[in-house]
Amino acid sequence: MKNAIRIESVTKRFGSVLALAGVDLEIDQGEFFGLLGPNGAGKTTLISALAGLVRPDTGRLAVMGHDVISDYRAARQLLGVVPQELVFDPFFTVRESLEIQSGYFGIRNNASWIDEILENLDLTSKAETNMRQLSGGMKRRVLVAQALVHRPPVIVLDEPTAGVDVELRQGLWSFVRRLNRDGHTIVLTTHYLEEAESLCGRIAMLKHGGVVALDTTANLLRRLSGHTLRLRLAKGATLPDALRARVATESGNEFTFALGSCEEIEDILHAVRGSECGLEDIDVSKPDLEEVFVRVMNSGY
Amino acid sequence: MDGFLTLLYKEVLRFWKVGFQTVAAPVLTSLLYLLIFSHVLEKHVQVYDGVSYTSFLVPGLVMMSVLQNAFANSSSSLIQSKVTGNIIFVLLPPISYRQFFAAYVLASIVRGFVVGFGMLLVTLWFVDLSWQAPHWIVVFAVLGGAIMGALGVIAGIWAEKFDQLAAFQNFIIMPLTFLSGVFYSIHSLPPFWQQVSHFNPIFYMIDGFRYGFFGVSDVSPLMSLGVVAACFIVLTTFTLWLLRIGYKLRA
Repeated sequence: MKNAIRIESVTKRFGSVLALAGVDLEIDQGEFFGLLGPNGAGKTTLISALAGLVRPDTGRLAVMGHDVISDYRAARQLLGVVPQELVFDPFFTVRESLEIQSGYFGIRNNASWIDEILENLDLTSKAETNMRQLSGGMKRRVLVAQALVHRPPVIVLDEPTAGVDVELRQGLWSFVRRLNRDGHTIVLTTHYLEEAESLCGRIAMLKHGGVVALDTTANLLRRLSGHTLRLRLAKGATLPDALRARVATESGNEFTFALGSCEEIEDILHAVRGSECGLEDIDVSKPDLEEVFVRVMNSGY
Repeated sequence: MDGFLTLLYKEVLRFWKVGFQTVAAPVLTSLLYLLIFSHVLEKHVQVYDGVSYTSFLVPGLVMMSVLQNAFANSSSSLIQSKVTGNIIFVLLPPISYRQFFAAYVLASIVRGFVVGFGMLLVTLWFVDLSWQAPHWIVVFAVLGGAIMGALGVIAGIWAEKFDQLAAFQNFIIMPLTFLSGVFYSIHSLPPFWQQVSHFNPIFYMIDGFRYGFFGVSDVSPLMSLGVVAACFIVLTTFTLWLLRIGYKLRA
């Protein structure tokens, strides 16, 4: 089976800035893939190169096996992009914008699919409203709708939830999840790491135009994060000597332990009970992508 | 093909939705030129035998409207799309650079025709025009509109700000159109300026267009057609090249 997206040794320089420093990436069909990185890491440049908005200096990019330059028409037909910038055409209503966008992709009589998209993005009541009169969050949803009018098998969402309120964000994600279940490949960039963690099966992290981490979300969390146990001892109590060596951080009478497995909790609590020092508070936190992200970004790449 | 037709439809709908500004206003402006110049010069100037100055002026003003509005359509659409960022909507779909060019230029011709036709309709109240060779009228209106539409594409792609586009319009397009024989025959100019006028391609568009009405012109319509067609080919080739390499559109 062809890769949904194949990126080979892609470099791009803007003046003295090396935006992409030899990116290699393969994304399989049906994946929900996260592309993470700090501002300026090259995420949007990579997406722009995939969409044909930026021409790479070297390397190749392909969508569903179609080269984005030599076979650009097929590649673009198979790709839907939600741009990061909140852009709209002030001359048209929501429905007109979607009908026009359908026409650009060679699709006529797209009314039933347009109605379905509008329904799923909670835009039905705004269908005949001019784009200028929509709120920022609604404009963002129209951008999502515009990327979907031609039912592309590969959908790239570049920070789609920036400025969208919680309720609408959840609605958007349930719709995108459904598209993914239906077989669409989803590529997502976001600064909301908890979104990436809950949605993406695999994640690539970019820094200075290069991929610095690439693995399944589960593996990244296992390798670079873990459960943490936090204990706060009663005033005057001292931590048993046997646990001293296992303390990750210490602040007053508060101690944290990085856990390799959940079973370690029992060992630590057993030692605490044995020493009869009083416990004031206890908290266990799960692995999180934010910790992974910080570790990867600070790891000297 | 559908992508091209949709882009053409969108470009026509865009100007039609603000028709008061894009059609009615230029018709009124041209009408004011006609009223003022004909009032001042009707009794003092006769360019061709048997043709009143007002009659002489009408085809020039109509063609000037066609040209200026054709330029305005593609250039303003592109600069607005670039500045607001919605140009991305036409860059993401599988529309070829040739289709992109054809859609913007054809929409420019349509706007030029709508304004020019509106101007003709209004002026028919004032003057009786003869229609000696209608095919020349159509040929020069189409080619003139296409040339200015292509120039508008170039200016719209090149300009990064509205003032750069305004400079292009005010320092290149306006002088070329005003000094092209819209208001006078170049034979009324001193020899030096007559020679200079021959280097202005818009002079040939106006002169050939006017020939279609009166059957007389400053230079032969075939020569005008040759110059205008050559301009069209050169500008089309250049614009297509800019679009093919993605100049200022695809980084």
